[in-house]
Amino acid sequence: MQQFPCPFCGLRDEREFHFAGEAGKPRPDTTQPISDADWAKYLFYCANAKGASHEVWVHTTCQEYFVMTRDTVTMAVLGTHALHEVPA
Amino acid sequence: MSTRLATSGRLIDRSKQVAFTFNGKRFTGHAGDTLASALLANDQMLMGRSFKYHRPRGVVASGAEEPNALVNLGEGVTHEPNARATTTELFEGLKATSQNHWPSLEFDVGAINQKFARFLPAGFYYKMFIHPRPFWKHIYEPFIRHSAGLGKAPDAETRDPDTYEHFYAHVDVLVVGGGVAGLQAALTAGQSGLKVLLIEQTAFWGGRTPVDGGEIDGKSAEDWITEAVAALEVMPNVTLRTRCMGSGVYDHGYVLGYERLTDHAPEADGPRHRLWRIRTKQVVTATGAIERPLSFSGNDIPGVMLASAVRDYVVDYGVSIGDRTVVVTNNDDAYRTALTLKKAGLSVPAILDVRVHVHAPPLVAEAKAAGIRVLEGMGIAKVVGGQRVKGVAVCSQAGEGAMVEEIACDCVAMSGGWSPVVHLWSHCGGKLLWDEEHAFFRPDASRAPTGADGLPFVTTAGTANGHLHLNDALQDAHSAGKIALERAGGKAEAGAVVPQAQGPDEAAMTPVWLMPQGAGYELKMKAWLDYQNDVKVSDVQLAAREGYESVEHTKRYTTLGMATDQGKLSNINGLATLSNALGEAIPQVGTTTFRPPYTPISMGAIAGEARGEIFQPIRKTPIHAWHEKNGAAFEPVGHWRRPYCFPKDGESKHDAVMREVKNTRESLGLLDASTLGKIIVKGPDAGRFLDMMYTNMMSTLKPGKCRYGLMCSENGFLMDDGVVARIDEDTFLCHTTTGGAEHIHGHMEDWLQCEWWDWKVYTANVTEEYAQIAVVGPHARDLLEALGGMDVSKDALAFMEWKDGELAGIPARAYRISFSGELSYEIAVPASFGQAFWDLCMQVGAQWNITPYGTECLHIMRAEKGFIMIGDETDGTVIPQDLGLNWAISKKKEDFLGKRAQERSHMTDPTRWKLVGLLTEDKSVLPDGAYAIKDGRNANNQRNTQGRVTSTYHSPMLERGIAMGLVLDGPERMGEIIHFMKDDGETLVAAKIVSPVFYDPEGEKQNV
Repeated sequence: MQQFPCPFCGLRDEREFHFAGEAGKPRPDTTQPISDADWAKYLFYCANAKGASHEVWVHTTCQEYFVMTRDTVTMAVLGTHALHEVPA
Repeated sequence: MSTRLATSGRLIDRSKQVAFTFNGKRFTGHAGDTLASALLANDQMLMGRSFKYHRPRGVVASGAEEPNALVNLGEGVTHEPNARATTTELFEGLKATSQNHWPSLEFDVGAINQKFARFLPAGFYYKMFIHPRPFWKHIYEPFIRHSAGLGKAPDAETRDPDTYEHFYAHVDVLVVGGGVAGLQAALTAGQSGLKVLLIEQTAFWGGRTPVDGGEIDGKSAEDWITEAVAALEVMPNVTLRTRCMGSGVYDHGYVLGYERLTDHAPEADGPRHRLWRIRTKQVVTATGAIERPLSFSGNDIPGVMLASAVRDYVVDYGVSIGDRTVVVTNNDDAYRTALTLKKAGLSVPAILDVRVHVHAPPLVAEAKAAGIRVLEGMGIAKVVGGQRVKGVAVCSQAGEGAMVEEIACDCVAMSGGWSPVVHLWSHCGGKLLWDEEHAFFRPDASRAPTGADGLPFVTTAGTANGHLHLNDALQDAHSAGKIALERAGGKAEAGAVVPQAQGPDEAAMTPVWLMPQGAGYELKMKAWLDYQNDVKVSDVQLAAREGYESVEHTKRYTTLGMATDQGKLSNINGLATLSNALGEAIPQVGTTTFRPPYTPISMGAIAGEARGEIFQPIRKTPIHAWHEKNGAAFEPVGHWRRPYCFPKDGESKHDAVMREVKNTRESLGLLDASTLGKIIVKGPDAGRFLDMMYTNMMSTLKPGKCRYGLMCSENGFLMDDGVVARIDEDTFLCHTTTGGAEHIHGHMEDWLQCEWWDWKVYTANVTEEYAQIAVVGPHARDLLEALGGMDVSKDALAFMEWKDGELAGIPARAYRISFSGELSYEIAVPASFGQAFWDLCMQVGAQWNITPYGTECLHIMRAEKGFIMIGDETDGTVIPQDLGLNWAISKKKEDFLGKRAQERSHMTDPTRWKLVGLLTEDKSVLPDGAYAIKDGRNANNQRNTQGRVTSTYHSPMLERGIAMGLVLDGPERMGEIIHFMKDDGETLVAAKIVSPVFYDPEGEKQNV
């Protein structure tokens, strides 16, 4: 079982966490026309990186969402930070 | 015959007799015996029948790798199948029975299968049973289910009387395996002061070394082991556990240990098994090695055993397998068996060594000096015998199996070399190297499993690392211990002295994958690779000829290594056979994946304390106890238990539901709706936020008013619905479905934290703060007025309004909302007042025959009114437009979640199935989920469909079946009759398409 560092609570078992999507994927401005292709890209396409992957996770026990960078091949955790923080 | 020797047996206590039974026959053994050694001591060589051919099988090994000797243990509530006799410690009164035979172990009808072995090759099931299709269900499957399987599953009605527990441990270094390498690694790590845990799967320390011999620091191996354990025991930072197996290594230093506490002493107090949930910085796997069988014809006949096991039984238990043992080997180690047997006064007619020695290595020379006949370059053509070994036909290994001599014997000790136990290393991604010299896979230290920091967290030590010589193993263990402790942040003790061991040097082994190497089909089809699943050399070769190139596919096709022993003996031999057949090198073919657990662990240990009532915590409303006391029939809804209905004495559930609907519609009903999700959304941007969350406009809602809202995912699909009440300018209370409360709250937080982080909104899930009670029916207002304290008249509290006040002195918030079409109020009171308020309603409502009702009555009433239910009318692919809910989708709003997605071409496709009501012509209830069929067939030759049932009930008000469903062009086909298919796939039910509002279409009942 993996362990992830919640930026607010510290190191916890992975079963306390949920994956919440890829990080850095802004919602398109829906007040402007968006092509079907662009919208599909936003809805369905993810980079699904092999290696370092930036992801949003939620720590279900404190309900805080945060960004985690982890290696999808080795399962190494490369870092976590709160959403409002810019990583060093 | 196999028998107890007069002397030897280092693990048994000859002064203590232990009585047990096998297949009802009484036997005695000694304290310290395993079930296998005690049976062998009583000449009970036959222990089971094989899976496919029902071949007679005896024990092959002496430890966890045993594939054959699987027995049923205990009876009744303590019955357990598939226990390995070799790892079952004997205790007084043990009851074992053999498996997979009928009518008896000695005479088995299924053994006829072996006569047809030629017709039961690899992939037989796939080839034979595929046609004709209907035969599978009615003929093949019952037959296979009857004849397949090993042990009997415990009776479903019995309950395990034993207790189990989970145990959490946090350590710096975990050492798995208590042989000399594990002990040395633990000593090295322990001396640094770090927290060390050492676990050993058997009941004793030292592993194989006391049997194999050798000296450590001038002492006998046994003395060194005793001293090492004593030294570890006094270290306060070191914990030792025997009977505790390292079961699996998982991500980030998580390891499961499986401790068998009372299997050997069932009368003892305390839990039977303990699952250790270990978090460690470093793991050292000192898991030893397993000897490989040789593949020759008849290598499964009882009496053919691993050479190491033969000597284990002599040295550890004082048991000889036979009087005359032929040793067949490709390495020096098996000579130890010959020498041990000779020393015990037993006869070794010959050692068949496939190698030819120019200079005899020490063990070979010792055997020759002891007068044992060594036949070099020789192997076994076939074993003679049926239920027991009677002799071997000797042949040249280089030939095709022409017999040069037959040697009478009653035991064959075989050794095909050793394979390091790499399972734990591999569980979490450790890679392997093919070691050409020893013909085995060993851990590749440069590609170790890595942890959360990306650095290695597993080290391997001793034989498990491919160091077969005692001294090499010890030196390697010390260095593994040092690596582990340093990686764990410790400092090695300066000047630690590493013990030195002495033992004979061994010559190189010669890989042998088939004996003799030119064996023909007749020999190969009796040369077993996987004993438990009956896979032979000929099967793997056939798979290769049929085009199976991947080892993973071959495994599944032939079932090689798929039995409960997970191929501990068969994997490497099978793999080598496959790579030879494919003409590829072994490392190119690779291994199958090693997966936890190392050996099967009990379901009880996995469950631990989580059984019965505490298996899963149940959420209970404040009125739950009342429901229980008043005979509610419960159904699970999420983690809640909600009353399905309240049957009276002798009343069926169906009758109860019908009564509840009628009483509510005609007079007064009461529903515990406390489980409905309640989420407070508060802040200056709350309205703006809810406009994004819901398809309707929520920001325009006036305080004091309620609005029914739909919530869609960004994909456009309907995910939840409920009534939103505006509490004040800044505050909304959103009702969700019972199952949706946590999920919808999370959904809101996701958008608030990740996307609209600068909006000033706060959310709180207050579901459990309130008891919510629906007062429903023509007398609902009468009841509230009788309770008194709040004006609930039509003018004071109109439909879709709410207000705060008091009812019968209890602080209450009354929502005038209806999910039934009746005059209805939902009263929210603080949770602590829930029971009191319910009791008052029941008491005062008695004059109107108040009827508590459950979820089924709720469902029928909403269906009679055509109200949708999330999870019935929706399934994650349905959009509000499909359900005719366009009125709840704002056209004014610039944006909301799902808006853009609902404009995608598939979402606006006019052929999307749409919601309609359905009335069967014969008034019957349509089967839930039934499909409406259409003319013609699709590309898969299935009937075309044009709709499906989403909700279906018997309506007591209309006295007929009613249903809702999604139908192609449904709303345009009112009055048309379509046909639904019943579960039998044959019977059609005619139903008329109608409006989904079946009852009180004008809404007169609620508008009072």
